[in-house]
Amino acid sequence: MLSIENLSKRFGSVSEHPLFQAVSLRLAPGESVAIMGESGVGKSTLLNCLAGLEPVDGGRIRLRDTELTALNEDDFARLRRRDFGFVFQSFHLLPHLTLAQNVALPLWLLDLDDRTAGERARAMLERVGLGARADDWPRHLSGGEMQRVAIARALVHEPALVLCDEPTGNLDPERATGVLELLFETIHSAGAIGLLVTHSPTAATHADRVLRLTRDGLVAA
Amino acid sequence: MNAALRHVFLASLWRRPLATSLSLLAIALGVALGLTVQLIHSAALDEFGRGIRLLSGTADLQIVGSQAGLDDALYPLLARHPDIATASPVLEIEARLPGRDETLRIFGIDLFRVAQVTPSLLPMTDVQDGTPTERIDRLGPLQPDALFLSPAAAARLALAAGDRLTVQIGVREQALRIGGSVPGAGVGQILAVMDIGAAQQVFDRIGRLTRIDLRLAPGIERGEAQRRLADLLPPGVAILTPDDAESEVTGLSRAYRVNLTMLAAIALLTGGFLVFSAQLLAVVRRRQEFALLRALGLDRASLRRGLLAEGAVLGLIGGLIGVTLAYLLTALAFRLIGGDLGAGFFRGIAPTLRFEPLLTLVYLTLGVLAGLGGAWLPAREAARMIPARGLRAGDEAEVYRAQPRWGAALLCLILAALLCLPPPLAGVSVGGYLAVLLVLIGAILILPGATLWAMRRLGAPRALTLRLARARLAAAPGQAVVAGAGVVASVALAVSMAIMVDSFRSSVDGWLTRMLPADLYLRASAATASGYLDPETVARIAALPGVIDVYPVRFASLRLDPMRESIALIARPVRTGNGLPLVAGSLQPTGSDDAHPAWISEALADRLRLGVGDPLALPLADRLQPFRVAGIWRDYARQQGAVVIELDDYRALTNDWLTNDLGLFLADGTAPETLMTAIRATLGEQTSEMILPGELRAMILAVFDRTFLVTYLMEAVAVLIGLFGIGTTFAALAASRRKEFGILRHLGLRRRQIGTLLSVEAALTAAVGMGVGLLAGGAIALVLIEVVNRQSFRWSMDLQLPVVALLVFGLSLILLAALAARLAGAQAMRQDAVLAVREDW
Ligand SMILES: Nc1ncnc2c1ncn2[C@@H]1O[C@H](COP(=O)(O)OP(=O)(O)O)[C@@H](O)[C@H]1O
Ligand SMILES: [Mg+2]
Repeated sequence: MLSIENLSKRFGSVSEHPLFQAVSLRLAPGESVAIMGESGVGKSTLLNCLAGLEPVDGGRIRLRDTELTALNEDDFARLRRRDFGFVFQSFHLLPHLTLAQNVALPLWLLDLDDRTAGERARAMLERVGLGARADDWPRHLSGGEMQRVAIARALVHEPALVLCDEPTGNLDPERATGVLELLFETIHSAGAIGLLVTHSPTAATHADRVLRLTRDGLVAA
Repeated sequence: MNAALRHVFLASLWRRPLATSLSLLAIALGVALGLTVQLIHSAALDEFGRGIRLLSGTADLQIVGSQAGLDDALYPLLARHPDIATASPVLEIEARLPGRDETLRIFGIDLFRVAQVTPSLLPMTDVQDGTPTERIDRLGPLQPDALFLSPAAAARLALAAGDRLTVQIGVREQALRIGGSVPGAGVGQILAVMDIGAAQQVFDRIGRLTRIDLRLAPGIERGEAQRRLADLLPPGVAILTPDDAESEVTGLSRAYRVNLTMLAAIALLTGGFLVFSAQLLAVVRRRQEFALLRALGLDRASLRRGLLAEGAVLGLIGGLIGVTLAYLLTALAFRLIGGDLGAGFFRGIAPTLRFEPLLTLVYLTLGVLAGLGGAWLPAREAARMIPARGLRAGDEAEVYRAQPRWGAALLCLILAALLCLPPPLAGVSVGGYLAVLLVLIGAILILPGATLWAMRRLGAPRALTLRLARARLAAAPGQAVVAGAGVVASVALAVSMAIMVDSFRSSVDGWLTRMLPADLYLRASAATASGYLDPETVARIAALPGVIDVYPVRFASLRLDPMRESIALIARPVRTGNGLPLVAGSLQPTGSDDAHPAWISEALADRLRLGVGDPLALPLADRLQPFRVAGIWRDYARQQGAVVIELDDYRALTNDWLTNDLGLFLADGTAPETLMTAIRATLGEQTSEMILPGELRAMILAVFDRTFLVTYLMEAVAVLIGLFGIGTTFAALAASRRKEFGILRHLGLRRRQIGTLLSVEAALTAAVGMGVGLLAGGAIALVLIEVVNRQSFRWSMDLQLPVVALLVFGLSLILLAALAARLAGAQAMRQDAVLAVREDW
């Protein structure tokens, strides 16, 4: 269970109007939501706040029984390791690691040994349809394939929450659909909470619910 | 973390092979150099200490004199003293062996006494087939011409019982018969033993001893006996414990070891800075990667640990290579030159290579510390990054916006200045080395501020690319830090070494000219050995056709009271000769009291805290003679200290008319070679050594240059890394600034102009780095000359700026930087460049 209450964030001085405020949201495991909004409204910032990569100015975030906004930086990092998965618009695969190693990265951070991590990463790659290319390098992949690897990386450690920031922003429409189908299917079958941020209405339809981010909170789209 | 550590952090070292191997090379060189010096020295000291223990046997105390020895009338006095159970007289001679390169230590002993104090020196006669059989009858006399060789000496000289060995006394030769061996001497000691009376006779030292070993009577306490007996001794004669004797040599050779260790320290420092600049670059380039890792849950501390581990592994591998190299070098050195390191403190021993766990560990640790130290700041920088920003493309710009840190820089420089003040720690100029490090750090901290300042000075240039470059650097001075840190560090170290070596070299050159005024020098042997020139020989040489004047020098040694080691006494014409390289006082003392003038070396002035005009008593011919310090001179040869007095004074006071070195002034048109032939005809082929001052100077300067060759190599590596840093940074910049360049091209800039822009930026960066590096280098040179050298060796030198060399060096570095940036940029701007750019090129 993820619950966000009255979250607000501002850049710069207190006198300025916050980027957003009064953001509230409750999500149960297995549920997914798409958050839309024009560019610059603060969607990425909201995700960063949820992940503890950006400090918040007010409000509370709870994941299961943990009050995230009360965690210090290191504890948050440890929590991210276990409970968070990320999919970025620009993939962020490490060019000098093979696909299997890229997918194994979250497992390495959880101190799994090389072999176990490798096996789980290969199984995950199999699920996203890239099992045969586990030892290939990212630079040999198309954009859609890279994003599949990123999805495998986001879910390999069975996180409670998967945050996706414009995962199809760099892909053409056909590939985008394939990637989104895969993404939501894996999130649902893992019983994780999915949070998708996008400015594309087509992308948003894949989620259970669609919301719109405004300066004064989330509204139904 | 383990798998991540391996695949993400340590593996990154593999992905930049060039940077990694250069850093490894520097660390390995530093460790190898330092450890080799220590290994050779500790093996030599060890063997030397064994020798001393062997030679002092069960002696409780030793009476030692100077090189001239002590009067043997002292011996019966001591032998009868109630505190003393046994007194064993020894006459130690360093015999010149005509026709051979080496000398042989011969101990003249009293067989009866030596058996009680130093039984390991007991000789054995050998039967004809060469195997030792019976010990000589204890009470029977040794045959006067019989010489007994230690196993190492027999091996080295390839002689067996019954063979003959020719020794030289003055310019005379005499053959001695090998009577047998000294089996107790052990494998490492090259020495010989003969009867003391015979030795006095053969070597013309009638009535002289060099040492008396004492065993105290039962129940007598050593300290008290030492005090009571000291009152019986004439001035210049000391009573020491065997331990004192050992530490005397340790002290003597320490400064020499420190010299080489200093080079090693600078090499290690360079290594640390190479790691620093390579890691700084790598960290900037891996910014997005670290941001991703942080997003995936890597905490700051683990990120920092990962990066420090990279540095530590570099240091460890570099250290291991260095250690291996050091043992190979040491083994090689023992084969080629013995344990001497070329300074002559350890003649006559044959040390063996042994594994030294503690020393090895210390140097390995130093290597790791250099790697860790270099990785420290970059790791901190990386851990400070905000991951949400680092994930965005082009975020490197954040790093390049670094603020000037004038305060921190100033603090470093003030600290450095303060560190120059305290005296050395156990003879090592710790403060000086730390000051060098702080100046370097300060220089790098100044860099962003200096870039801003320099760009403002540049005004508003008209050339378009220059204007763009200036704007960029002024907006992103941090770029100068990332690209220029390597340049500053390498330039500073290279410049400081260049200035110091140049100053040192020209000072040594000037010193040699002063010390070697004659056209040709003649000697019968080194001053410590048994060859010398007697007045009659000197007269014969002076009478040879073509010789206008002779310039005799007599070397002796003295023991001055508060000091452990003996110092050198040099008696030579001063006022009528070519003078001395004075740093204070004058050659023509004005004071007209009955004290004779003496000129002391800087080391001696330092150690005895003496100034011009101070009185000084020198023990000559068993009496304290009054002298007055007339001047202080610079001596690069005798770190324990030396005093020069007029030859006439010396002769009048001691009645010693012998000469060690004879300088010859030749008539115009006389070729030195002709005269050398004439001298050989007069003195015999093998009993003399001659040298032309020009040749000697060339030889000494060649040794000098060889010593500093390693340094030049280090500096070359450092400069390479600096250039390489500029190349990689601008390659990365070109890749991340593609958008900016795209816009510029839309605005009408040609592709070539973009290349020029990169070159100009690089040249400006290098120029600022060069400027800061020059200043820092000058400061470091001052620290090296005024603090490190003064504290380690107690000698001064005249500051000399190799202006032309520095200018050429600076300009070519700036040009090379521009070229490197252009090449790197061109490669990075190619279509598939973004993917192709690895972490280095
Ligand atoms: N570190 C920052 N400092 C100041 N402003 C920022 C920072 N990060 C983002 N912003 C501003 O916050 C706004 C929202 O950015 P972002 O969350 O990336 O928008 P979106 O993802 O909805 O397009 C933008 O106007 C951006 O300029
Ligand atoms: Mg966004």
